[in-house]
Amino acid sequence: MKINILFFGQLTDITGIGSITMDGVNDTAMLTEQLARIYPELETTKYVLAINNEQVTENTILTGNCTVALLPPFSGG
Amino acid sequence: MITNDTYERYQRQLILKGFGETGQQKLLAAKVLVVGAGGLGCPALQYLAAAGIGNIGIVDDDVVALSNLHRQVLFSTNDIGLSKAIKATEVLHLLNPCIQVTAHNERLTPYNALDIIREYDIVIDGTDNFASRYLINDACVLLNKTLVYGAVSQFEGQVAVFNSNANNGAKAANYRDLFPAPPKDSEVLNCAEAGVLGVLPGIIGTMQASETIKLITGIGTPLVNSLLTYNALTNQVYTILLHANKETSMLIPADEEAFRNTNYEWLCGADTSQQEIDAAAFDEIIAAGNADIIDVREYDEAPMINDFPHSKIPLSQLKNNIPSLQKDRAIVFCQSGKRSLQAAQLLSAANENKKIYSLKGGILNWIKSQQAIQIL
Repeated sequence: MKINILFFGQLTDITGIGSITMDGVNDTAMLTEQLARIYPELETTKYVLAINNEQVTENTILTGNCTVALLPPFSGG
Repeated sequence: MITNDTYERYQRQLILKGFGETGQQKLLAAKVLVVGAGGLGCPALQYLAAAGIGNIGIVDDDVVALSNLHRQVLFSTNDIGLSKAIKATEVLHLLNPCIQVTAHNERLTPYNALDIIREYDIVIDGTDNFASRYLINDACVLLNKTLVYGAVSQFEGQVAVFNSNANNGAKAANYRDLFPAPPKDSEVLNCAEAGVLGVLPGIIGTMQASETIKLITGIGTPLVNSLLTYNALTNQVYTILLHANKETSMLIPADEEAFRNTNYEWLCGADTSQQEIDAAAFDEIIAAGNADIIDVREYDEAPMINDFPHSKIPLSQLKNNIPSLQKDRAIVFCQSGKRSLQAAQLLSAANENKKIYSLKGGILNWIKSQQAIQIL
């Protein structure tokens, strides 16, 4: 089961890339844990999760080919 | 009724389908407050005034600086040092003398925010820091005002409409539904730290003006309960749907009195006075030579500093490799004082018997203080 992951804003400074695909990730809790393993700085960085363009705040099951976006807060004006 | 002059001024939008004289009357009757006459506020103000918003308020306590001019398009080089709120008011009056523009030449605080915001229908957030963004959000929730949010970072911008009831009956979401608690100020870089492409706040601020006009006239589909992200490099737009959350509503002060007693600077980790020293104290320490001074900016970051002896250890390296300090105290500095604060915290944790300070306002502020000393 392949899922697409998009990184926004200064999260791309941590990942060095705007998007990746991952396999074998069942839910958002597992996803954030695995992402923190690949990119340790993500663990201490604030971001919101959205699955297929809808914000999720609780652990959510991921389905095949879904797109998960990680969006950090921006402060500039 | 709309007079001949008024008709001619707004003719191009009056003839739009679904807009017409009714739409124009709504704009002329509307009261919009723009907080921050900066990169977002300037273009938003310009289009709102041009479109004929009848009553516009501008909150800003800052003065125009040379480094503002690449994006704050209401100001010119001759305006450096002048009040942004007052100068913007003058420029908008020339653009459209038929509307009322009020300058609030002060910083929005928990003490004055409710009294200022109460007088308006819609608030546009054009600020540049989290303390102000959470303060504005909470005030809008308490006073039941629609908030048109915009923010930028490097090449990307965000736009959303908060605290406005959706057509589908969904409960109005606000900024805290997106990010319940503020990040520490040192967690996210601001424009002075991270940089911003000047045209980007121009695009995002203009989108905020567009959303405001849609909300007032009732045309189109504003970004109610939605967050739009725009990337200027790729032209990609990504929109997500937001939900109001009972738990996050508990984070908002319960009433006006609780709001006035909330310290937003502290919530956002900006109140770190114990660990910071100002430019004057920094000068004394340089003269005494009794501290290690460390530049934690990346190696290639300008301006290069040759005015005093110091070492260079970028924050990115400091995180993995804490250096041994020669002296009993150390001062760290960066561009605007955010990264150095984080560096000071890292060094303090590793050197409990030493005093570690961060240069408040960063090296840019110190350079300014040196120029002021020379003028004296």
